[in-house]
Amino acid sequence: MDEPAVLLWLVPALPLAGALVLALMGRRWPETWIARLACATVAASAVLAAIMGADYLAAPGARVQVLWSWFTAGELSPAVALRLDGLSLVMVAVITGIGFLVHLYSSAYMAGEEGYGRYFAWLNLFVAAMLVLVLADDLLLLFVGWELVGLCSYLLIGFWYRDPANGAAARKALIMTMAGDVPLVIGLLLLFSSLGSTAMPTLLGQAAESWPPGTALPITAALLLAFGAIGKSAQLPLHTWLPSAMAGPTPVSALLHAATMVTAGVYLIARLHPLFALAPPVLAFLAWLGAITLLLAGLHALVQNDIKRVLAWSTVSQLGFMFMALGVGAVTAAMFHLFVHAFFKALLFLAAGVAILALGHEQDLRRMGGLQQRAPWAFWGFLAGGASLAAVPFISAGFFSKELILAALWQRGGGALWAVAWVGAVLTAAYITRAFIIGFLGAPVTPATGATGWRMHLPVALLVLPTLGAGWLAPPFGALLAPASGATLPATETAFLPALLAALAPLLGIAFAWYALHRRPASAPPRLASVQDTGFDRFYGAWVRGPYRRLAQRLADDPFDRPFMAAAHLAHFLWQVLSATQDGRLRRYALVLVAGTAVLLAMVMT
Amino acid sequence: MTATPVVLTLAAALIVIGMAGVLARRNLMFMLVSVELVFNGAGLAFIAAGAHWAQPDGQVMFLLILSVSGAETATALALMLRLERHYGTLDVDAMRQLRD
Repeated sequence: MDEPAVLLWLVPALPLAGALVLALMGRRWPETWIARLACATVAASAVLAAIMGADYLAAPGARVQVLWSWFTAGELSPAVALRLDGLSLVMVAVITGIGFLVHLYSSAYMAGEEGYGRYFAWLNLFVAAMLVLVLADDLLLLFVGWELVGLCSYLLIGFWYRDPANGAAARKALIMTMAGDVPLVIGLLLLFSSLGSTAMPTLLGQAAESWPPGTALPITAALLLAFGAIGKSAQLPLHTWLPSAMAGPTPVSALLHAATMVTAGVYLIARLHPLFALAPPVLAFLAWLGAITLLLAGLHALVQNDIKRVLAWSTVSQLGFMFMALGVGAVTAAMFHLFVHAFFKALLFLAAGVAILALGHEQDLRRMGGLQQRAPWAFWGFLAGGASLAAVPFISAGFFSKELILAALWQRGGGALWAVAWVGAVLTAAYITRAFIIGFLGAPVTPATGATGWRMHLPVALLVLPTLGAGWLAPPFGALLAPASGATLPATETAFLPALLAALAPLLGIAFAWYALHRRPASAPPRLASVQDTGFDRFYGAWVRGPYRRLAQRLADDPFDRPFMAAAHLAHFLWQVLSATQDGRLRRYALVLVAGTAVLLAMVMT
Repeated sequence: MTATPVVLTLAAALIVIGMAGVLARRNLMFMLVSVELVFNGAGLAFIAAGAHWAQPDGQVMFLLILSVSGAETATALALMLRLERHYGTLDVDAMRQLRD
């Protein structure tokens, strides 16, 4: 191992140390100290990651750093080992880079909030946990990071805990992702019991050797692991937590949607792709699940009036794109979309946060409007991010990543999947254009009162660059990931017609949204549909939460507890009998004493 | 040697009379006197036993009982003084606060 990679352990350790220090000192320190420490740890991680990235590019090849042996129990002896290869390098770059910008942004956004130290302790922990997740060489260590990420999302979504609704949203996120984590754990145990190891390289090698493709064992294991990914990455049955997660502070949403948490599921499948390749039905299932999620989330995003909820549903839909790409085996395309999505989604959230703060915590699109002059940073940032999300051809990075996915779908997925993805791309362009027109153009509604400083503008400005330009990185990106994923980029010389159609999709969507909002006369305000609740929440309420609650009520007096309570009742009864004898009459005590002595004497003498 | 049963009978009588006094009397002062009778009965039994076996232990025990009962009487009298001030009477049946 060469010099820089020796320091690999510092990458997650620095934010973790920051989290510990802030958790202990956060109450006593002034805000400036807290912000400086929190930003410094993540910045140091980012610099280390950059040095290691340069080193890796100079001499590619996975670096593994074994820190210590975790424990040994029979055959199970997981090592706490970190692994740096193309895949984890991309993730580390995204996490530390965007993580740092979000930290910097938060230091201004959260200024004056109660629990400033608490916020930054958890934000640091979030980054550290995600770094552990992506650097882990062992599935068990990955799982530790996985659960820590879930915990941090719970803590940060429920940051403003005084409002019970926020606590409910946080619990929802925890429970919904946990519903996916249980199958994930079962999958881990299945992998260990049948392959005898939890170290990922060993595991994948043995799986490829001993499991014929398409048999029951790899399909079961892959399906169980996929459920964990579905929960974390908010795919169809378990997606409802993500829109509710908007209860947290806006920078948390930026971090959660771009760099951490939701990308974990995509990363897991990309990392274990050789295993999933042994289970073609699971891959097909993931592809179609992603397709349905894409359409459904796109339709939801079209009818939201809360700017953050539009962005939340857009994340769900973009994750659907990634799952479709993973489902047809285009790991590189999925990871490239993840990479680009991280930049533009962070930019969108941070720009939205600037607008929200400038308007005095106004999140309703209908009451925003006219932000070009009043909040230019938010306006131009959102425009750039929106263009990338809509995949405007050539000038945005989103175009290139989406083009890759569509090309991969055309080549390997067949016409139906491609058509769904194409409709999804049109929808994506339509909903973000709608949000932009309603929220940012037009006449001002709410007066701009809030002040935003350079610490919020700088991250927005810095994110615009990769949001528009990162698309040209696709070829080196493919080369970087090739050894890790074993999959190459789909050939770029796809058929001309689908490529042209794909390029037209965003323009069509933008035109559609523009026409739909402007065909009526300007005097009449556009009639806006609004759907807050989704059928899924009602379904879960009626069929899962309701029966569970009824069962809990039935068990409230605990019938199984009765035999044990009988012992307590017996003790209570005996206490009553014995305490009746203690009546305070001294002479009766003496009588009992004498009688007892007489009886004992009689027994002794006979 | 023949005196032993007589003395032991006397000791038993003292104990029984004392016990009866403790049970029958309601005035604390008389109960204390009755307890002293029980003590003396026990002491007498020790003396008789010591004389019977020609051992000094019986007399040692009697001296111990004497000192213990002296201390007990002193404490009891002091307590009685307090009780009389508190309740205005020495009737034990009136003193029933220590109960469940």
